[in-house]
Amino acid sequence: MTLKECYDAMGANYEEVLGRLRSEKLIQKFALKFLDDPSYDLLVTSMEAEDYAEAFRGAHTIKGVCSNLGFTKLLASSSALTEALRNGYTPEAAGLLEKTKEDYAATIEALRAFQNTNS
Amino acid sequence: MRSATQTPLILIADDSEMNRAMLVEMLESEYDIIEAENGEEAVEQLRLHGLELSLVLLDIVMPKLDGFDVLEEMNRNRWIEGIPVIMITSETTASRIERAFEMGATDFISRPFDPLIVHKRVVNTIFLFAKQKKLINLVTDQIYEKEQSSSLMIDILSHIVEFRNGESGLHVRHVNLLTAMFLRYLSQHTENYRFSGSEISLISTASALHDVGKIAIDEKILNKPGRLTNEEFAIMKTHAEVGAQMLKDLPIHQEEPLVKAAYEICRWHHERYDGRGYPDGLVGDQIPISAQIVALADVYDALTSERVYKPAFTHEKAVEMILGGECGAFNPLLMDCLQALSGSIQEELRGDNPVRANEREMRNIAEELLRHKELTASERTLHLLEHERMKYAFFASLTKEIQFEYTTATDILSLSAWGAKSLGLEEIVMDPFHNEKVTAILGREVWEELFQTLKGTTEAEPDFIYDCQIHYPEGDRWARIVARTTWSPEEPAEFTGVIGKAVDIHDSRLKLRKLEQMASHDPLTGLLNHAAAREQIKARMEVSPETSYALAILDLDHFKSANDTYGHSFGDQVLCFLAGRIRQTIRGGDIAARVGGDEFLIFLEYKQEPESVIQRIYSSLGGEYEGFRLAVSMGVSTSIEAKGDYSALFQMADSALYTVKRGGRGQYRFYDAATMEDALSEITPIDADAKEER
Repeated sequence: MTLKECYDAMGANYEEVLGRLRSEKLIQKFALKFLDDPSYDLLVTSMEAEDYAEAFRGAHTIKGVCSNLGFTKLLASSSALTEALRNGYTPEAAGLLEKTKEDYAATIEALRAFQNTNS
Repeated sequence: MRSATQTPLILIADDSEMNRAMLVEMLESEYDIIEAENGEEAVEQLRLHGLELSLVLLDIVMPKLDGFDVLEEMNRNRWIEGIPVIMITSETTASRIERAFEMGATDFISRPFDPLIVHKRVVNTIFLFAKQKKLINLVTDQIYEKEQSSSLMIDILSHIVEFRNGESGLHVRHVNLLTAMFLRYLSQHTENYRFSGSEISLISTASALHDVGKIAIDEKILNKPGRLTNEEFAIMKTHAEVGAQMLKDLPIHQEEPLVKAAYEICRWHHERYDGRGYPDGLVGDQIPISAQIVALADVYDALTSERVYKPAFTHEKAVEMILGGECGAFNPLLMDCLQALSGSIQEELRGDNPVRANEREMRNIAEELLRHKELTASERTLHLLEHERMKYAFFASLTKEIQFEYTTATDILSLSAWGAKSLGLEEIVMDPFHNEKVTAILGREVWEELFQTLKGTTEAEPDFIYDCQIHYPEGDRWARIVARTTWSPEEPAEFTGVIGKAVDIHDSRLKLRKLEQMASHDPLTGLLNHAAAREQIKARMEVSPETSYALAILDLDHFKSANDTYGHSFGDQVLCFLAGRIRQTIRGGDIAARVGGDEFLIFLEYKQEPESVIQRIYSSLGGEYEGFRLAVSMGVSTSIEAKGDYSALFQMADSALYTVKRGGRGQYRFYDAATMEDALSEITPIDADAKEER
């Protein structure tokens, strides 16, 4: 699996990120780092604990990282969730969390598949 | 401390490890990097490294303290003045970015990161800040130096006064500090008095001179241990007026605020609020507040110091005595002041450290500079200036012209590289008008005339053109100097110099001269033609109608036979020969021309009578050319008879000539109205007119 195929699999825009970072090696290095990023856990556990300020921060960080890595699909759902949590809990947040979880799972799956074919 | 040559240190504060890692990746090859994963850590790092940091990259959303909290902390600790901050943001809300700018952020980088943009912003920000810091240091150093030397002079002067008074060396220092303390307190706690930092500094500096008049008082009185007699006290009292007079008599600096403040203090620091002081007995607020304050400070320090006539009192005792009215009468407002400050006076005097005080001042000045943006403006101006210079130098190098600039302020003549080379001069010539090589370029007379032309310019009409010959090492060439004088911006504008260029017009000028020559001269003989001669003669008579002129018209006798016998070519040679004779016989100012055919004219000036000069000319024209005998007939008229009119002059001479021809040739005669009235000219009036119009 190539990196481009990995991006395609998760519904992300490889061309955009390559145009910006200009190095496949660099993209690969950071994309794989995403597997260890704690923001998702922070988001999920904070939502469960109803700590919405921290949940906002988790969503916000995911959004930032996805923006840098060009993970377009996850960026869209985490952005929406960030806005839903910016001023505390709103009813839309629950649905948006589910969407974010879904996209996150797809992203992680694609990254693992890429990691396995390249290790 | 990190030295200036070290790699710059950057703090990255972002709660996402991945975001930090990406920034590190982009910057680590050129910078040393410290990371902070939340606001608290960021503040901790700022505290630790302070101004060693060249830049902070700051995320907004972070745990513990967020980006705004960090900015606030940076403001509180004034780190923001020395460390630039670039915000990292995925926030698109303008208000949040705006808020960051208001809190002192320099720039922002938004996600997603573009390595090129990140890199460029970081480099630019660090570079600009370093430059600004350098400029501020430069200006601060200069101000510091200036302040230092002036306060040093005052210190020396007041120390001399103290030395004679036998006072402790600290009296002036103490009065200075107390004055500043009182002024600050008044500004902060009263409605009526508002002193700026610089006014406070001015008045307290001037206070050092309060006793300067004592140098005129006899030392025996100054240092007398016991009580002064009434007479002695009267002398002592004069020091206030004498000191003020000294300042008033200063030949210069009369308008300096420092001198004015010192004058008030000298003259009135022994006045009393109740009107019983000296020298003028001013009452209440007639006494300038500066003098009132110095009087209080002076009394306090005198009480707390040991003097030849008394021991030192304690601070408490001194304050009690002053408040109790034992040592004079003061403004109640100042009494409040003294009471309020009583607790801190001793500490202030003890902890007195001139260096510390100066540093405080310097910090204020530096802050003021920081608040103003002029520094950036002057940077820009310098760049523009540099650019213009480069442009000028480039274009100057392209043209083969002598470009020059002279400024009176420096008395320096600068020449373009090419100009200097072709003239055999240096590009920069100091004191050019006493330089022999420069003088030789045009010659003394031409320089003189050029200066006259230059003096004719004004600020409104600064341009002039002047043609002259330049003496190059290879020979002379004609040049046209096109120049503009420069003037100072003040009113009235003063002449400050001249800029311009000298263009070579040698070839075109020669060509023009040749054309002029051709148009005005007879091609065969080289004498003037009739038209040119007529213009010149008319002009002469017009310019000086009083002068006596004579016009002679002559022709060769039997010239037709020369042509017929020897051919036209020989005839031409005869004409040239005669023209040569004419040229030899006339004087410098005379005019000679070929009228046409074998007819010539000579126009000359005479003093008493024309007869002798005409006689001389006539006799010199005879002779022989290659076997052909030259015989000339000549008719003469004078400008007096013709009343200055050229046509009349010409006709009179012509009719005299006609008379000669009729009378047997080979002679000359003057026009005589009586005998020639009816005489017909060989050239009829119609012919003469036709010739004039030619």
